[in-house]
Amino acid sequence: MPVLIGRETRAIVQGITGNQGSFHTQLMLDYGTRIGAGVTPSKGGTSVRGVPVYDTVATALEKYDANASIIFVPAPYAKEAAMEAVDAGLNPVIVITEGIPARDAMVMVAYAKERNAVIVGPNTPGVITPGESKLGIMPGDVFAPGRVGLASRSGTLTYEISQSLTHAGIGQSTCLGIGGDPFTGLNFVDVLKMFRDDPATESVVLIGEIGGSAEEDAARYIRETSYPKPVVAYVAGRAAPPGKRMGHAGAIITGSEGTAAAKIDSLTAVGVKVAEVPSGLPRLLQGQAPPVPL
Amino acid sequence: MKLFEYEAKSLAQNLGIPTPKGVVVATSEEARDAHKRLGGDVVIKAQVLVAGRGKAGGIKFASKPDETRDRAAEIFGLSIKGEKAKKVLVEQRLATKKELFVSIVQDRANRCQTVLASAQGGIDIEQVAREAPERLVHHRLDPVFGMRSFDARDVALKLGYGGQQLNLLTDLLSNLYRLSVVYDAELVESNPLVETQEGKFVAADLRVTMDDNSLFRHPEFQERSKEVSGEVSPLEAKARERGLAFVELEGDIGIIGNGAGLVMATIDLVKYYGGNPANFCDVGGGANADHVAAALDVIQSSEKVRAVFVNILAGITRCDEVAKGIIEVKKVLGLKKPLVIRMSGTNQEEGKRILASGGLTAFDKMDEAAKLAAGKGGF
Repeated sequence: MPVLIGRETRAIVQGITGNQGSFHTQLMLDYGTRIGAGVTPSKGGTSVRGVPVYDTVATALEKYDANASIIFVPAPYAKEAAMEAVDAGLNPVIVITEGIPARDAMVMVAYAKERNAVIVGPNTPGVITPGESKLGIMPGDVFAPGRVGLASRSGTLTYEISQSLTHAGIGQSTCLGIGGDPFTGLNFVDVLKMFRDDPATESVVLIGEIGGSAEEDAARYIRETSYPKPVVAYVAGRAAPPGKRMGHAGAIITGSEGTAAAKIDSLTAVGVKVAEVPSGLPRLLQGQAPPVPL
Repeated sequence: MKLFEYEAKSLAQNLGIPTPKGVVVATSEEARDAHKRLGGDVVIKAQVLVAGRGKAGGIKFASKPDETRDRAAEIFGLSIKGEKAKKVLVEQRLATKKELFVSIVQDRANRCQTVLASAQGGIDIEQVAREAPERLVHHRLDPVFGMRSFDARDVALKLGYGGQQLNLLTDLLSNLYRLSVVYDAELVESNPLVETQEGKFVAADLRVTMDDNSLFRHPEFQERSKEVSGEVSPLEAKARERGLAFVELEGDIGIIGNGAGLVMATIDLVKYYGGNPANFCDVGGGANADHVAAALDVIQSSEKVRAVFVNILAGITRCDEVAKGIIEVKKVLGLKKPLVIRMSGTNQEEGKRILASGGLTAFDKMDEAAKLAAGKGGF
């Protein structure tokens, strides 16, 4: 199977009866994703977009042999929803929910890790293996099957860059958002490992942003392992002022840490080509010069 | 949400964390009265949220009540990195033997909380980290079990304490950790944490930042979270009131986009093409006409804005909704600044048709639009 999800993925949707859950269940089904059950406590016995709804993950799994979950449950309940999915043996568990307290995310991620389950997110657009399966809220039509693996800390910027890759004739193996929050189940290093071991992936695009040290850690990993596949990157937030949260809970420069310049330097130093503008990425992958500033 | 020192200390006192005896006041006369009540020597501290108030003159000492009144008046007159103190904290001055540093932070890379501590506190800890990293104690906490007494003891030992002092400091550290749990704090920091002449430990300063995402668990802070601090500009306050993620920048080109990453990239791109962005404004991943209209309204109300760049990559957001929002503003309020629109994705053609009905056009590509918005298109 490709990275995280593919044709063999059979998913349940937790929080399927909410606006977001219901709407995106339809879009995922339209894309061809296999979804056989939904879960919303106290809504068991109903159905949403033709998908039967159960009260718990355990009862859903009695009827449908799922192996993955996507979560749209509101922030106050998301931690336990993710734990419920992990307890039931689902893997990966993709947490779309935005606004989860950092402490909840920290505990939920540690819980999954001890049980060898992968949590993607929280606050992620999800995962897509173009042409096979989409567990997320990304528009399916900006992606195309291909050989480039893409990981990002942002949603719309992922769509922007994927669209420019697709327009340039560069398809993608798997694209995923690691999430815009301070604590996430996957970081860039985890994703680099997955792409290294994935025969369908020939090169990797990392889309970083200010805050934290995920990009610096990725750079260290690339150097230490002499990473075998070409990696290119873009880092958003060059013009961001320190101390201000740029939308994402995790996008904040604290003290001298987390600046775009530091991240770009670390990546460049280990041979990762960093595009100055998003539209420069397809050119980098094709070995062309970047667009010219006026 | 950052708490003021006096707020953080009041939470700390409830958890049994020793802090200096003090009174928070709003006028210099009250500061004098506070000194009379406290007696002895006092320290007068500006209650601001920005860091670095000491260097900016926001901390002063006095030994007589009249002196305290005068020093407080001086502090009320200061602008500390753009922030004016509305309150000052008058505290008994401690008989300090040593100043320590203790911080409990979110450790993103290790996905846990980590204690950072140093026996060399009171100064810029980033400087210690840079120049003498071996003097900084790092102690990671288990993400599920948190700080156990032996974790705290280990840190206290590494700071050089034994005997009865080991127990005192262990308790204090445990309570600082408890503060981080009870109040969902992304940061709890005491700098300095003072060892007094008598060998006791007191959190002489305390900074607490609460996790904004946790406020639903802390209804008692709901009102407080709406309060505008000195760190938020009037325009930022106005935008946030209308549900927009908004940060004011120094330039003159208004920026609106959907999704934090895309907006950051848009700002970078406008700079790349020689322009100077006036703000970060994210209308959100699933923005509708109202969000876009609110964003445009707020941004064009700013005097310094010369042009506005709307950059939408529609996925969940729909181009027709965005276009409706723009046309709505045009009809009701009028477009006060030149507008550059980039719209791509879901319902793009319908969006362009709606824009055209109001005499507006949109670009497909972000680069072309950014070049024009950067002022290279002849506004």
